Amino acid sequence: MTAVIDREETLEHKNRLTPEERRSVGVGVALIAMGLFVFFFLGLAVQAGEQSTFNLSLQTDRFQDLSWVVDARSFNIAIGLIILGLGVWRLTRRALDWTNIALALGFALFSFAFLAWAAAGSQFSLVGMLRSTVILAVVVVIGALTGLMCERVGVINIGIEGQLLASAFAGVVLSSAFGTWAGLAGALTVGGLLGWLLAWLTIKFRVDQIIAGVVINFLALGLTSLMSARILADVQSLNAPERIPAWRIPLLSDIPVIGPMFFDHTFFVYGMFVLVVVIHFGLFYTRWGLRSRSVGEHPKAADTAGINVYWVRYRNVILGGMIAGFGGAFLGLAQVARFEEDMTGGIGFIGLAAMIFGKWLPFGALGAGLVFGFARSVQQKVAILNIGIPSEFLLMVPYIVTIIVVAGVVGRTRPPAADGQPYIKQ
Amino acid sequence: MAEPPSESHPEDPNRKQGEESSTETQRTLRRMTGVDESWWRGLVVPGLSVLLALIVGGIIIMVTDVDAWRVMGENPVAAIGEMLNDVWVAYRALFMGAFGSVRAISETLFTATPLVLAGLAVAVGFQTGLFNIGARGQMFMGGLAAVWVGLHVDLPAILHITLAILAAIVAGGIWGGITGLLKARTGAHEVITTIMLNFVAAFFVLWALKTPAFQAEGSNLPQSAPLPETVRLPPIFGEQYRVNIGLVIAVAAVFFVYWLMYRSTLGFEFRATGFSPSASVYAGMSVSFLLTAVMFISGGLAGVAGATMTQGLPPYTVTSNFAGTIGFDAIALALLGRSHPFGVAWAGLLFGALIAGGRSMQAVAGVSVDLVIVMQALIIVFIAAPELVRAIFRLKKADTEPTQLTKGWGA
Repeated sequence: MTAVIDREETLEHKNRLTPEERRSVGVGVALIAMGLFVFFFLGLAVQAGEQSTFNLSLQTDRFQDLSWVVDARSFNIAIGLIILGLGVWRLTRRALDWTNIALALGFALFSFAFLAWAAAGSQFSLVGMLRSTVILAVVVVIGALTGLMCERVGVINIGIEGQLLASAFAGVVLSSAFGTWAGLAGALTVGGLLGWLLAWLTIKFRVDQIIAGVVINFLALGLTSLMSARILADVQSLNAPERIPAWRIPLLSDIPVIGPMFFDHTFFVYGMFVLVVVIHFGLFYTRWGLRSRSVGEHPKAADTAGINVYWVRYRNVILGGMIAGFGGAFLGLAQVARFEEDMTGGIGFIGLAAMIFGKWLPFGALGAGLVFGFARSVQQKVAILNIGIPSEFLLMVPYIVTIIVVAGVVGRTRPPAADGQPYIKQ
Repeated sequence: MAEPPSESHPEDPNRKQGEESSTETQRTLRRMTGVDESWWRGLVVPGLSVLLALIVGGIIIMVTDVDAWRVMGENPVAAIGEMLNDVWVAYRALFMGAFGSVRAISETLFTATPLVLAGLAVAVGFQTGLFNIGARGQMFMGGLAAVWVGLHVDLPAILHITLAILAAIVAGGIWGGITGLLKARTGAHEVITTIMLNFVAAFFVLWALKTPAFQAEGSNLPQSAPLPETVRLPPIFGEQYRVNIGLVIAVAAVFFVYWLMYRSTLGFEFRATGFSPSASVYAGMSVSFLLTAVMFISGGLAGVAGATMTQGLPPYTVTSNFAGTIGFDAIALALLGRSHPFGVAWAGLLFGALIAGGRSMQAVAGVSVDLVIVMQALIIVFIAAPELVRAIFRLKKADTEPTQLTKGWGA
């Protein structure tokens, strides 16, 4: 970090630009490059007259056969120009701190241009892609909320991945044996237990928080793989949970596009949105939130003011674990509806990156999660379109996006001041 | 238990300044790297940790014994007897698979070879204050580079092997160096970037092995063509045993890392950065350069580990999972070996025995080799929380400094 600060100070001295302005310039240049790329390679390169059809209704929808037909060439030329405009806007009005919005808009437009190019001359289910964006975002957002609950009180949770995996396992086994609600309860319990383990190791024994998190991941991976090989392979009825059905919300789910996107899901998806709102309200408008944040920012001051730092940390880390348990239950009981070894595949870490991307804010986590969900969803749909990019490279995209995010493309993020610091009561 | 010698170190003035965070980090790293401890004290906690991990592993074998649970209702005594018998059979298979015959010993050494190399990679990072979880990805890139050289360069045996391993060092080093550079330039936390690069490397290998550059002519299988004789690592004890010249390379790497970390200027600067990055800056060291360099070296070591898994693994046709879980085993191993090269070598032998034995345990007793992952996790917990081990065995409280190795996201 020292090196970064030094570098920035010297540059600032030379160019008389604030870091935000320099970022604005960088993003502006990137957007211009992106706009030119869209204009020439996705726009002019398409044969004139080729049409891309975006389907706007699913087979289960009330209103059928809605679609949006565009001329791929002129559509992409227009989008290229808009992105160019965004870039120029960032370059000229760099004092305005709207860089992230411009960046997000640019990426969204780029994705549409890419899809129009890939689907030129054929059809593409746009609403299907948007719907799966929301579904694929759920675990990422929940992982980010877990991380946020812990880091707001100064405990780094690298073990989200393991908490998701273990609770998915518990959910699947208990749901297969005793029914859905037992599965859900079991997943929440296991998530909470692993949260407690993290808190216990880091607070009582002051184990390095990152090492404790890695241990949780190892334990979860090893135990679930072992039990899956020793028990589930033997007793396959324990790996057959009933898939939790979607709860269609009347009327709202009939709205074209919006309906299938937001109002035709399992309760996990609604739960995610509720969690985001509740945690936001809790953190910023209640005594619990004030105490949590003060423990994460300045535990010594919080202790002096009479707050029990250890208790606050235990409570939030356990609650965070239970949130991860909710995500694990979604994975095991709704999204996949069975247990597979290492079924999380790094999504907990992507959640962690979403937390950083979202600047440790619940709504930021939601936005970041939707961005990751969108990237994944685009990747899946493009793989179906089969346009010559090897699927392995498409599969890399979410991970590379994560690296770019943590490398600070989103600009300066400020974690809670005491994040990662063990607190030793005097 | 004797008083730890660490409490009064005359040549270290920082010790007297109380509970400042820099001194704490220093002490922690000293403990993690075992600098402060006499050798037998350094063995108590790791030894007990391994013992505890074996005990807990036994309990897990009992609890997951499906056949025994089926008769638990009618005849609990027989069920528990069966469970205990299961543990006995499993652990006997584990021991015999690790040391029971010449072949078993060869398997142990063969398995230990990449473990030691990858463990050294993680240890070098730990000593510089970096947590390299990316040995897996670095192994992938290194191993793949070695395969490419093996298939596309035509050289006599010794030169060919050397060139392939050099390619592995460079490829693994670059893959690790990316993380170091990102950390130095942007503060991106190495834990996240290395894990993400692991996935990227895994997909890259998956793709590469399906291209004509690696596939055998006319083959559609996602695996490489057989490597030519000239690039295969020759076995040491004859064709019937798998242990090969890679073991010699691993031993050489142990001494190289010892020399690098404790006898060279660069190693001194690495360790100084690990003790206190800010002090290193004031001493005029370039932390950016050091972070990148150490990740290059770390990645290079992991790359060699990958090469031993491609050039040394019969039948020498490389598939997409050649790195296995070695990258993760390496973390437990580096902690167990206290990040000291010699410690890593012994820990590597122990883990080699555990995994080689675990394979025979899976074959003979039907206990999945995943149990070894659980044991490794437990070993890490117990080593990172020595108080826990002391509490379980009712040992005298000795050193209670927290094991804080890493700091926040920006550090």
